[in-house]
Amino acid sequence: MGGSIKDRVAIIGMGCTKFGERWNASAEDMIVEAAYEAYQDAGIDPKDIDAAWVGTLWGLTGMTAAKPLKLNYIPITRVENGCATGSEAVRNAAYSVAAGINDIVLAVGFEKLKDQGYSGLDLPFTASGGGLSDDAAGVAPTTTAPAMFAVMATKYFERYGLSPEEGKRMLARISYKSHKNGVLNPKAHFQREISIEQAMNAPIISWPLGLFDCCGVSDGAAAAIIVSAEKAKEFRKDPMYLKALQISIGGENRLRDDYDYTHVEEIYQSGIAAYREAEVTRPREEIGMAEVHDCFSITEAVFMEDLQFSPRGKVREDIENGFFDLDGGLPVQPDGGLKCFGHPIGASGIRMLYEMYKQFQGKAGKRQISNPKLGLTSNLGGEPPGCCISTFIVGGKLG
Amino acid sequence: MVGITSYGAYIPLYRLPLMEIAKAWNVPPRGKGERSVANFDEDSLSMSVEASINCLEGIKRSTIDGFYFATTTSPYAEKMVSTIGATALDFAPSTRTLDFTNSLRSGTGALIAAVDAVKAGSLTNVLVAAGDTRLAQTQGELEQTFGDGAGAVVIGDMDVAAEIVDIVSISDEIIDVWRPSSESYVKAWEDRFAFTVGYSKLIPQVAGMLLEKNSLTPQDLARVAITGPTIRRQQGMGKALGLSSKQYEDSILPNTGNTGTALPLMMLIEALETSNPGDNIMVLSYSNGCDAILLKVTENIKKLKSKIGIKHQLESKKQIPSYQKYLTFKGLVPVAPAARPDRNPVAAVTLWRHRKEYLSLYGSRCTECDTQQFPAQKVCVKCHANDQREMVRLSDKKLSIFTYTQDNLAICTDPPAVVGVVEFDGGGRAAFDMTDRDPGEVKVGMNVEFTFRKLFFNRGIHNYYWKIRPLR
Repeated sequence: MGGSIKDRVAIIGMGCTKFGERWNASAEDMIVEAAYEAYQDAGIDPKDIDAAWVGTLWGLTGMTAAKPLKLNYIPITRVENGCATGSEAVRNAAYSVAAGINDIVLAVGFEKLKDQGYSGLDLPFTASGGGLSDDAAGVAPTTTAPAMFAVMATKYFERYGLSPEEGKRMLARISYKSHKNGVLNPKAHFQREISIEQAMNAPIISWPLGLFDCCGVSDGAAAAIIVSAEKAKEFRKDPMYLKALQISIGGENRLRDDYDYTHVEEIYQSGIAAYREAEVTRPREEIGMAEVHDCFSITEAVFMEDLQFSPRGKVREDIENGFFDLDGGLPVQPDGGLKCFGHPIGASGIRMLYEMYKQFQGKAGKRQISNPKLGLTSNLGGEPPGCCISTFIVGGKLG
Repeated sequence: MVGITSYGAYIPLYRLPLMEIAKAWNVPPRGKGERSVANFDEDSLSMSVEASINCLEGIKRSTIDGFYFATTTSPYAEKMVSTIGATALDFAPSTRTLDFTNSLRSGTGALIAAVDAVKAGSLTNVLVAAGDTRLAQTQGELEQTFGDGAGAVVIGDMDVAAEIVDIVSISDEIIDVWRPSSESYVKAWEDRFAFTVGYSKLIPQVAGMLLEKNSLTPQDLARVAITGPTIRRQQGMGKALGLSSKQYEDSILPNTGNTGTALPLMMLIEALETSNPGDNIMVLSYSNGCDAILLKVTENIKKLKSKIGIKHQLESKKQIPSYQKYLTFKGLVPVAPAARPDRNPVAAVTLWRHRKEYLSLYGSRCTECDTQQFPAQKVCVKCHANDQREMVRLSDKKLSIFTYTQDNLAICTDPPAVVGVVEFDGGGRAAFDMTDRDPGEVKVGMNVEFTFRKLFFNRGIHNYYWKIRPLR
């Protein structure tokens, strides 16, 4: 089918480092760790790779991956699309395979955040403006990442009539679930359960978001080996097929006064495009598991509504009824999510696919979801309103 | 007739009772009153812009053709500062700008220069703004007697509310109160010396000259605005001039402290607020000599009754939460930096390119679909028409908070950093820092207004911009 990626490309090998405070590992160490796990998993030799895409927020050219991996004289492209960077590397790699240009392609994403000296995320300086306006005029408000998502929580509570207590309880239930899943994942940054009360009473970072509403700041890398769907079975019996690779980027809601701050239009649009590409008509029923961009608890709540898993304004019922729990109707963040697995920016999109891949292969250990048909991953780069959203749909079988 | 056609005052929201300073250092309080304290994001210029905004209420900005700024605490030693103010106030590029600095008499000096320019016919409406945030060493007397504030008047020859009848000045070389350019704190020689050979001699001399020249006696004056280092000295002078307390008592020294260059203008504004047509007012502005200015109030004073002057600004106040907060606002104690990345460096090029958008706070309005937007856009956010726009000033628009957060993580001298996404009257939306706020009072839907502030100091550049605050 022209114009669709569905069942044209497959992932035949994946690698993912342990995420967390990797004091004793450099970015290059982690790239090697993830890539070699993927080579071994795919049963390929580095010499077999025709091209590579590397995703990171910082870096200079494809050398970022060429140097540690000694991938000489092949095309390597460095991509960046905010927190959707890892997904963007996979998308470009997959398109080159679908186009018939390359046979075996590596996509690798990584970030080394814990060498910064502080928690949180620094952003590359852009003199011509990546933020609200020209960065070098210095007029952007005094905000941090949590602040720009907290404004959604404030508005969500106000719009749907949730008291601060009710709102914070809903958000706490999201993090409670992710922590429960993280405990089951030896590669996760945080592997500790929390109580809902603990999350609700944690120190405030950006009102109304507290400490446990915010994801980890982590080091890590993840990699995928991509080939055509036709050739996938030559490498392994259980490849993961790509069904939809969508990116939606918006720039104007930030400036518009009809934007509601309780949804992210780019998520909704990328969801619609991904469902169309994967021929999904009833997302809540057909998607068997999802890893979405829970950089903050409120972000996950909004994702559930924008991806049409829950009706608008009603996600609280699904959250509090356990619909997104590991044993619920649609498990979300089975690996612990950004919240507990951690969030090394360039690696996160590929880490999400890694969980889908392991689940389809029945290798998710205590987190194993029984017979998932389709999985969905979705990243949010930037800050609402005006972000970069990737929404991918993957499956263990063709068709 | 040349004189004052409008006035406006600005006193920072925060006040510190002198008793709090006394308690902090175990020293005697210098009175029962309080002093005003500029917020960490305020300085002489930002306060002068605020006073000017109050002064310009109801006046077309395009009618102003001169802007004089006076201070002893200029943010720059070399670089014109009145141009920043003139841009923030959206005056035409043809506006004559000038900084008057280094002397506590700069405020009245600028006013006199404006009177001369209008009398000479070279300018028609000159806005004179004076502001000061003088820094005193902790524990010393000056810490208790200094205050922060600003005053602004328009000098013109149409609809004059107070005619400038006469001016007499004398100059006198003395080192009594001074600050070397290399130092931050104001110094003072022994008060007895300064008082005996300077203050107590010169003021009666110049006041006498002015009265005699105009055949007036002290009893002919409705109000006399006498500057002075302390309430005691100022009241002593009032008595020495043969005035009754009703003529000379002011509410600025006891409630804000000595606001330096701004003091004579603020005292004059207070006098005008309570004046009646026909009143004679004298201003005595002392520092290395003395300016004596005689004014006669006209019927037009009634049109200025709604202006935001001293009374309003004195009443609109909040007690600063603690003496420690005062120390951090003034940068008098080192504060542990937030564990956050450094700010991006500012670039003079970007500041210049966006001076209309960010200093004058202009957004754009699409001429195709009439959608107002900020920051100004080339391609319309609604109908996507390219370059079909007119620029619209937003600094004086009504605003309300659509959503907000209070951030404990961000770099902020007064955490939490409160950021509000605001809706502009007439359309458009953007996020701004919120200042002069009590975090507990911030709510979705609350009305706020713009205030001109200094964001930060980087690469030797003071970066000014607009923040939002609860209505004052």
